[in-house]
Amino acid sequence: MSRLAVNKTYKLYVNGAFPRSESGRVVSVSDPKGNVIARVAHASRKDLRDAVKAAIGAQASWAARTGYNRGQILYRIAEVLEDRAETFVGALKTLGHSQRSATNETQAAIDRLVWYAGWCDKFSQFSGNVNPVSGPFFNISAPEPTGVVGLLAPGVHPLLGMVSRLAPALVPGNTTVAVTPTDHATVAIDFAEVVHASDVPAGVINILTGDHEELAPWLARHAGVNAIDLSGADRELRRVAGELASATVMRVIPGPPAEDKVDWLAAAHQSPYIIEKFTETKTVWHPKGQ
Amino acid sequence: MTVDQTDPTNEPWEYAPSTQSTDVVDIASRYGLWIHGEEVDPASGSYFATTNPATEDRIAEVASGDRVDIDRAVKSARSATKGWASLPAAERSKYLFRIARLVQERSRELAVLESLDGGKPIKESRDIDVNLVAAHFFYYAGWADKLEYAFAGLDPKPLGVAGQIIPWNFPLLMLAWKVAPALATGNTVVLKPAETTPLTALVFAQITAEAGLPPGVLNIVTGAGDTGAALAAHDGIDKIAFTGSTAVGKNIQKVAAANNTRVTLELGGKGAHIVFDDAAIDQAIEGVINGIFFNQGHVCCAGSRLLVQESIRDVFLDRLRTRISTLRVGDPLDKNTDVGAVNSKAQLARIEELVAAGKDEGNDWFQSDCALPSDGYFFAPTVFTDVAQSSRIAQEEIFGPVLSVMTFRTAAEAVEKANNTPYGLSAGIWTNKGSRILWMADRMRSGVVWANTFNKFDPASPFGGYQESGFGREGGRHGLLPYLESGVA
Amino acid sequence: MSITHTSTTEPALNLGAATNREILAFLSTVPPVDEVGASERVALFKSRSIKADAKMAALLLAVQMMDLTTLQGDDTPGKVRQMAAKGIRPDPSDPTVPPVAALCVYPSLVPTAVEAVANTSIKVASVATYFPSGQVPLDGKITEVENVVAAGADEVDMVINRGAFLRGDYRAMCEEIVAIKKACGPAHLKVILETGELGNLDNVRRASVLSIACGADFIKTSTGKISEAATLPVTLVMLETIREHFANTGQHIGMKPAGGIRSAKEAISYLVMINETLGPQWLSPDLFRFGVSSLLNDVLMQIRYLKTGHYQGADYFTKD
Repeated sequence: MSRLAVNKTYKLYVNGAFPRSESGRVVSVSDPKGNVIARVAHASRKDLRDAVKAAIGAQASWAARTGYNRGQILYRIAEVLEDRAETFVGALKTLGHSQRSATNETQAAIDRLVWYAGWCDKFSQFSGNVNPVSGPFFNISAPEPTGVVGLLAPGVHPLLGMVSRLAPALVPGNTTVAVTPTDHATVAIDFAEVVHASDVPAGVINILTGDHEELAPWLARHAGVNAIDLSGADRELRRVAGELASATVMRVIPGPPAEDKVDWLAAAHQSPYIIEKFTETKTVWHPKGQ
Repeated sequence: MTVDQTDPTNEPWEYAPSTQSTDVVDIASRYGLWIHGEEVDPASGSYFATTNPATEDRIAEVASGDRVDIDRAVKSARSATKGWASLPAAERSKYLFRIARLVQERSRELAVLESLDGGKPIKESRDIDVNLVAAHFFYYAGWADKLEYAFAGLDPKPLGVAGQIIPWNFPLLMLAWKVAPALATGNTVVLKPAETTPLTALVFAQITAEAGLPPGVLNIVTGAGDTGAALAAHDGIDKIAFTGSTAVGKNIQKVAAANNTRVTLELGGKGAHIVFDDAAIDQAIEGVINGIFFNQGHVCCAGSRLLVQESIRDVFLDRLRTRISTLRVGDPLDKNTDVGAVNSKAQLARIEELVAAGKDEGNDWFQSDCALPSDGYFFAPTVFTDVAQSSRIAQEEIFGPVLSVMTFRTAAEAVEKANNTPYGLSAGIWTNKGSRILWMADRMRSGVVWANTFNKFDPASPFGGYQESGFGREGGRHGLLPYLESGVA
Repeated sequence: MSITHTSTTEPALNLGAATNREILAFLSTVPPVDEVGASERVALFKSRSIKADAKMAALLLAVQMMDLTTLQGDDTPGKVRQMAAKGIRPDPSDPTVPPVAALCVYPSLVPTAVEAVANTSIKVASVATYFPSGQVPLDGKITEVENVVAAGADEVDMVINRGAFLRGDYRAMCEEIVAIKKACGPAHLKVILETGELGNLDNVRRASVLSIACGADFIKTSTGKISEAATLPVTLVMLETIREHFANTGQHIGMKPAGGIRSAKEAISYLVMINETLGPQWLSPDLFRFGVSSLLNDVLMQIRYLKTGHYQGADYFTKD
């Protein structure tokens, strides 16, 4: 007699815990053949509200950690992801990716995390500088995290796309709320479990599986969010979100346009200049004199 | 008024010994050289002992490398350059991350070994040295695949084979300062550890094997001064990096010039530690104490000259005296030891000679009256007061727990006295006034200026000297340059 | 080892009568504190490894230094009597464990406390001056102190006027302390700075200096009623102030950290800090107290662990 499997419940990842949606909504996710593979939580605007609150609460202490410490945590996510690589290859294949594509994507996600981990303890050496002002003043410009970053996670490479936008936001000390379409919620929440096992403090990474059309406007108009990354949004949604964001002068980071077939594996999609988009520049003066 | 702190109504509270167990480290009785990814016998077949300076007991035997071994090591490093440099940079990076992680995992073992072999307190090797080692590898691992962002307008390439000679005061940390950037930038290495402290380097070599580092990328040749000289003079290396005394550094510079080998040097110092009357005085005392007694004063950037503003001279010296009496000198493996053993008999003799000279010159002095162990090489923390600028103990590097104190009246005078030395490695400034810090920092001819702190090291922070304290920087983005061919003459 | 100090102060200012301007001039002689440096010094104290008999000596001393405290709205005489019993015999199964230094209670419970510790070595400390806020005019505070002293309190724990301090009215702050000290009569005065409200370590040092100059017998960190209570860095600054005062005048002032000290390990770190900052003279209940409640059981557990070699469980220690 064959053994009955214990099926996993896919919930949201908010503030270091896995709650169901407060709306009680769930949605079925199917493979390309139409078989239901899982039921996943369908996040509501209240879940989004809670996630943003968690991200706000966690931001000051995440940013106060040394770059070295943040780098070690990002590296740890890579270690745990490497350890669970088979799970992700399997999950991606179930969604219709080939063995080779799934493997390449998983390995690229791990390597990209390692790449960004290595920026944490040196980014300000790239992006900041001493300014030679005319006068007896010490003058320094340094990058600071913008605060809370909302992300519409892309779909084409569900793991790599999300990692490619999350990691650069985390490097300088931002906290994040990512909304990922329910179609690949399984991959997203598997990744949340990796995050959860990697010494990432609660609230630094929040992952909501839900509907971009429904949640993007709430994210873009949330006065507690500092920046929004639109990599996963289509042209219409970009227009809507961009207009709403202007109400609080929220920083809008377009990311590569979703309508093009974005090859997230390409080297162009990792760069310290992407990190820079999630920062503000602070310049400090001090006189020099006896 | 006098205060008697030995009031019999309150017995002193003696701390019980709290000795770190050495079970965590498995020391072999004999270590070979490390060439091409494995342990090998030296060409001469001879070995020499390394001893524990706290007990004078032999710990192990290590190989006496000579020019034949150096030649072999350089050839191994050369053979590995092509493969190592042509690896995708992200893969080089991952080797270094692995090494960083392994150092973290084996940190207790490395700390114990460092204290046994070199004499520094376990509190320092455990809490400072080994942590910084892991951090250096982690930091430079992250640069390996980002060099295109490190130097605008350049497409830098590795130099090839780097020869590296390191000192005995921070053995494993000095190894990390040299090896991490060299490997991150795509070079291969032949490293010569100091004669009295070879062991952590040899265990580190095993760590690199555990990390899967390709053979030949890191080679270690143990030996004495001649071995180092042979390495510096070898015409098969592209670069020599040396940390040690200024006298030896000058020789190395000369020898390298003959072969057109690139050179960086990190040499001695006679750091000025300047305290103004508006300083946060209790923290300044801690800074001064740390500046000269940390690691028994075996620190190139030690704050060995205290320049205290005359208006607070008396109060400051009183407090210094009281504070010195609480320093615990003794067994490096006791977790409560503050000042450990002097690294070697030779170094102890040198300290004693200079201290005798200081006394002969007529300088006033005081010393901690702590009991010193009967075995081993120990020296009590010592302070000379009202020292003249021209005194030997104000000019020469003692490299021991000996502080020379002089006074100043104005900031300009402090700057002049601080700069009045051929050395230029470090300086400390204690004042509550921010603009004065920046004004002074602009004028200090030192590669490192610590304001309201001292002896702070970080892999992200470039370190190195002016003038006879050497040239080139280690740490930070600047620390990559010495190992790269920039294409700019 | 003897230390010679050259006095660097002018004649002491009579702070009860000084103008604010005079007090400000006095305060400008107080050295600044570097917070990062202070924290680094604390880290060195915490890294001390205190074992075996050194540890046992510290634990027993810690018990003798405790002001066992209950300051709740729902305190009753019954509760205070239970706490007194605990303070007299902290470990019923081990009579070698000494009694605590004092009980610390609200004014209305002073008579009960005095009766409960009669014929023991334990003192009664009363909080006063409308603890914890102190937001009441001075005459009310003076009356309250007179009353608790009359009721038999040996020690008075007052709060400084933080509002006055933070708005720079040092004269008002000092006037209060001088007046309360007078009202204490024979009772000894602990002055609570409420360091969690003072903002930074420079202010802690200034408030300490002023309190000592106004007659404090002890300076104390906190009321324990706000979330930021005693910490090692704050305590270090206060000990350093006491050290400087001793060097200048030969006078011994005591110190009491209160609130938030729950583990024996932490308590030992405090003792290490006293030992290496002020020396063995201050390792005495006459000059150092812990303001605590739950610390006692953790210390008792550690004492029993040292004696038996087994880790202990909370059920085996009384909760009074």
